[in-house]
Order: sequence, then C-alpha cells, then structure tokens
Amino acid sequence: MILLGQILIAFATLSLLAIGGANAVLPEMHRLLVDVHHWMDDATFSQLFALAQAAPGPNILAASVMGWHIAGPAGMMVATLGMLVPAACLAWIMAGLTIRLRGNTWMKPAQFGLVPVAVGLIAASGLIMAQASGTSWLSFAIIAASTIFVWRTKYSPLWV
Amino acid sequence: MSEREYASVLGMGQILPGPNVGNAAVMIGRGYHGLAGALVATCGLYLGPLLILIVLSVLYDAYGDLPRVAPFMQGVAAAAAGMVLGTAVKMAFNLRAPAQLVAVGLLAVAGAAWLQLPMLLIVAVLAPLGIWISLRDARKAAL
Repeated sequence: MILLGQILIAFATLSLLAIGGANAVLPEMHRLLVDVHHWMDDATFSQLFALAQAAPGPNILAASVMGWHIAGPAGMMVATLGMLVPAACLAWIMAGLTIRLRGNTWMKPAQFGLVPVAVGLIAASGLIMAQASGTSWLSFAIIAASTIFVWRTKYSPLWV
Repeated sequence: MSEREYASVLGMGQILPGPNVGNAAVMIGRGYHGLAGALVATCGLYLGPLLILIVLSVLYDAYGDLPRVAPFMQGVAAAAAGMVLGTAVKMAFNLRAPAQLVAVGLLAVAGAAWLQLPMLLIVAVLAPLGIWISLRDARKAAL
C-alpha cells in the first residue's frame, strides 16, 4: 500500500515537471526510479522505456509500463493516474481560459506564436529518437522511409 | 480544426507540463463538449495504447530476455522515430509561418536536439519570443 502511494507521488511529481512531454522528463524519471527508489536497474529502465516508445500511443505511457514492472496491475494504474491527472487538470484550466478569451483579437496570433516552439520540439524529439535508434543502415532506411511516408502521404501514420 | 488551430493547441499542450497530446486532448475535448468532452477525448487517446501496453508488458515479463526481441524493438523504435520526424516536417510545411517564426522553430530544434538544453529553458525563452513576434506581426497587419 505504501509502495503504491510512493509510486503515485513519484509520477505525480513527474507529471508536473514534464514540460515538453515524456521525453523531457526522462532524466528525472530515471533519477527517481533507479537512483532514488531503487525500483529497477538501468538496463530494465531503458528497455521498458523503449517498449513504451515502440508501442503505439503517447510516450508518457512509459509511466504505465514502469508501474506494471514495479507493482503489477495496481502499480500500472497508480502510475498512469499519477502521470496523467495533475497535468490534465492544468490543461483543463488553460482550456477554460482559452475558451473564455476566444473572441479576443490577439488570442490567435498569440497562440500561433507558440507553434514554432511546438513544431521545433517535435522535430528535435524525432531527431533524438532517430539518433538513438539509428544503429545500422537498415534502421536509417526505416527512419527515412517512415519519415517520408508520414510527410508526403495522407495515409494515417498508423500504417507505419 | 484547421492546421493552425491544431498547431496552436499542440503548442499550448507542450508549454504546459505533462504529455503534449494528452493536454491537447483535454483542451480540444473541453472546447467541443466541456468535461465530458475532455474525459472522452483523453480516454480515447490512452485506452487503446494502454491495453496494448498491458499485453506487451506481460509478454516482456515472459519473453523479454530473448535475443530475437531486441533487434525487432530496434526496428520498431526506428519506425517510431521516423513517424515523429515526418509529423514535424509535415506540420512545418503545412503551416506556412513567416520566416522569423521558422527561425524560432529552428532554434528550438537546435536547442533541444543539438545543444540538449533543458526543456524548461527552451520553452521559457522561445515561447515568449514566438508570441511577441506573432503579436507584433498581427499588430502591423491591423494598422
């Protein structure tokens, strides 16, 4: 029971630190899970994170996979809730503000100003992932093919 | 939603802590249908992948040590990297931003991927810059 509480607090903290998504909070997640709590070793952490990244869905669900490993289904549930709920509440509040300010002429340009940072960070994320997984000519070929497929065609990226 | 609207929501989602697409789901969901919308959008986003991850976690516990699994995971990770890159490139080309905003975007890429600066720093510097540039352009256009 105490373990579940610890997992919840750990991931709730990570949730609020994760500015820029799961990849941004990866070092801190590693520090908490491996160094501070000793819930798993380095290798396991990397493999579980890769598993979550490889699987469809937002990388943030790495928290779910870690939770499962630490404490089974209950651990997964608690870790997932911890990771998602605090941030979602903030987003909820932000959405309220945005909706209320909808008519304001300056909202759209102000919001558009955030777009380059958003796209830039997504691109950077992709580059970092490519660097990590580009270990052979075949993997580079896969990266290139999948990039072009998503960029040039209108088919859902799920097909990748 | 238009490309711009989506990119704006995503940008806001990134600035806020937590999963970008998760935050985007909450905001988009709320915009269309309040609390129910936010809940439904978020569940829709996460439930499928969660179910898949449960299956994968069980498989990992059972078979994760097999040597054949690692190269397969590598390949999948490579495809995932390509997907993310492709999405970014697609968004960049569809958005047709003015040159200065493109420069901000490139700065973000350089800061995160090349210099590996902390996310907080990149966002704290480039978000206000981007907003300032965009507002300035809008004011000029309004005159």
